[in-house]
Amino acid sequence: MLKQTEGSKAVAEAVALCRPEVICAYPISPQTHIVEALGEMVKSGKLTPCEFINVESEFAAMSVAIGSSAAGARSYTATASQGLLFMVEAVYNASGLGLPIVMTVANRAIGAPINIWNDHSDSLSQRDSGWMQLFAETNQEAVDLHIQAFKLAEELSMPVMVCMDGFILTHAFERVDIPEQEQVDVFLPPYEPRQVLDPNEPISIGAMVGPEAFMEVRYLAHAKQMQALERIPQLAAEFKQQFGRNSGGLVRTYRIENAETVIIAMGSVLGTIKDVVDEMREEGHKIGVLGIISFRPFPLEQVREALIHSKRFLVLEKSLAVGMGGIVATNVRMAVTGSGLKGFTAVAGLGGRAIPKSSLHKLFREAEKEGLEPVTFVDLDWDAVNKQLERERQTRRSGPIAENLLHDKGIASAAKFG
Amino acid sequence: MFQIRIHGRGGQGVVTATEMLSVAAFEEGKHAQAFPSFGSERTGAPVVSFCRIDNKEIRLREQIMEPDALIIQDPTLLHQIDVFAGLKLDGYVLLNTSHSFEALGLGDILKGRKPERFCTLPASELGLKNVGRPIPNVPLIAGFAALSGTIKLESVVKAINEKFSGKVAEGNIAAATEAFNIVKKEMEERTHA
Repeated sequence: MLKQTEGSKAVAEAVALCRPEVICAYPISPQTHIVEALGEMVKSGKLTPCEFINVESEFAAMSVAIGSSAAGARSYTATASQGLLFMVEAVYNASGLGLPIVMTVANRAIGAPINIWNDHSDSLSQRDSGWMQLFAETNQEAVDLHIQAFKLAEELSMPVMVCMDGFILTHAFERVDIPEQEQVDVFLPPYEPRQVLDPNEPISIGAMVGPEAFMEVRYLAHAKQMQALERIPQLAAEFKQQFGRNSGGLVRTYRIENAETVIIAMGSVLGTIKDVVDEMREEGHKIGVLGIISFRPFPLEQVREALIHSKRFLVLEKSLAVGMGGIVATNVRMAVTGSGLKGFTAVAGLGGRAIPKSSLHKLFREAEKEGLEPVTFVDLDWDAVNKQLERERQTRRSGPIAENLLHDKGIASAAKFG
Repeated sequence: MFQIRIHGRGGQGVVTATEMLSVAAFEEGKHAQAFPSFGSERTGAPVVSFCRIDNKEIRLREQIMEPDALIIQDPTLLHQIDVFAGLKLDGYVLLNTSHSFEALGLGDILKGRKPERFCTLPASELGLKNVGRPIPNVPLIAGFAALSGTIKLESVVKAINEKFSGKVAEGNIAAATEAFNIVKKEMEERTHA
């Protein structure tokens, strides 16, 4: 049914349609409305049979999800930011054990400094954890990806993160088509576990594995993600057949025909990028867009194919590999190794910094002229940065960086005087 | 695309107002996108929320920097932040106050603009009278419907019924209807003046 609703509420409805049997979550910040809405559905009896477990931390949330998934229950949780980092040990265990948990990550920055706003640092920090990571461009796609994620996870017996931009998507009201239960039931069969803890047929899960087999177990995790590269486009096609919509897949191109410059990004910023590219195309610029939906597994072949006929690419990413540059860009560069393509990285939107069309117009025009540094920090306040660097040169006890910058920008003093 | 920015304070239902505007537009078959200025807002702190309305899919995710319309839920904000920043020259402004723009010393803002698109409404009083709480958001979006003609009153009523039920919905519908009629009457009087 088509409705105007909040992203988090829409995702909660989508998850409920997938008939999860256990939902566990730590209910306070950085949690979203997703588990709040699911909790209400379980309490009111709308979502049944399902057990909602209010846990004491994110570490417990993932640990309970591991337990319930190992017991054969379709298991779901959601988190973001420090919450994801707090559960990391269990995140690796979930994938290491091959348990098909689905988790929403409402992407947010990681502190310090404390920041509750959107960027992709949280889930990208888990890129090597063995979880698949699918990025939604709109709330509609977030809804659709959750339905596909349960199927993908359970077929491969590996966990999936569905990543959606915190605030920008989770808190946005927009039109979303919520599928019918019957349609979802046809698309997503009941969970048939590969391994299950059953008192009637006792087994153990989670053996210690020494050098004699550890590499093979890790390789099998890699092999499953390679299988996912085949399966993800098929699932998107099956989804389209059932629901009539293009959602998911590995990558999605936009106006890439004859493009000499291709802009690459993940998540909701693709919408703003497409608007800018439309305007530039009207002026005759040969520019197109490549959206990456599946960050893990990373679709090297499809990215190469999309870029190979262009002259240059710019990866606009909401993440930073400190001491190196871009995270997504590094993956993209791997895909075009030996092609001779010129590549640029633009780090933008960290900690919720707005990414306006005006900045993108300027950036994309510079990229076309190949006038960018290898790594560009979009809309960085160089005065503020240089002032702090100078302060550090002048004084040994230069003080805390975050507080200094707030003071320089007049924010701390404003807060003091109300 | 029509872009609306609402300024208010934490606790005045600023975010709810843009959400309801987007629901009202959706009820008319339009595409709409509503989102707050994100932050750990506290009661009384300045809050901004945004709504875009269009006849086609809205992909843009940037904040609204050049609004077609402003709704100002709290006149004390005028002394604190530049609420008029980026307002289009032919933009609409609806201000929650029982005074006129001139009486508030805001006559300068009208210069070079279309004064018929500027209106004040005692929205807090309407909320207090009809709902029992001085929450100005619903009267303001109904007043905005009358001022701009962008959405219909009946769509605002649908949005109210989706958000509230029982006595609260009834009170809000009464407040919305009264607000709509006040602004409509003022518009008509201006046209005839």
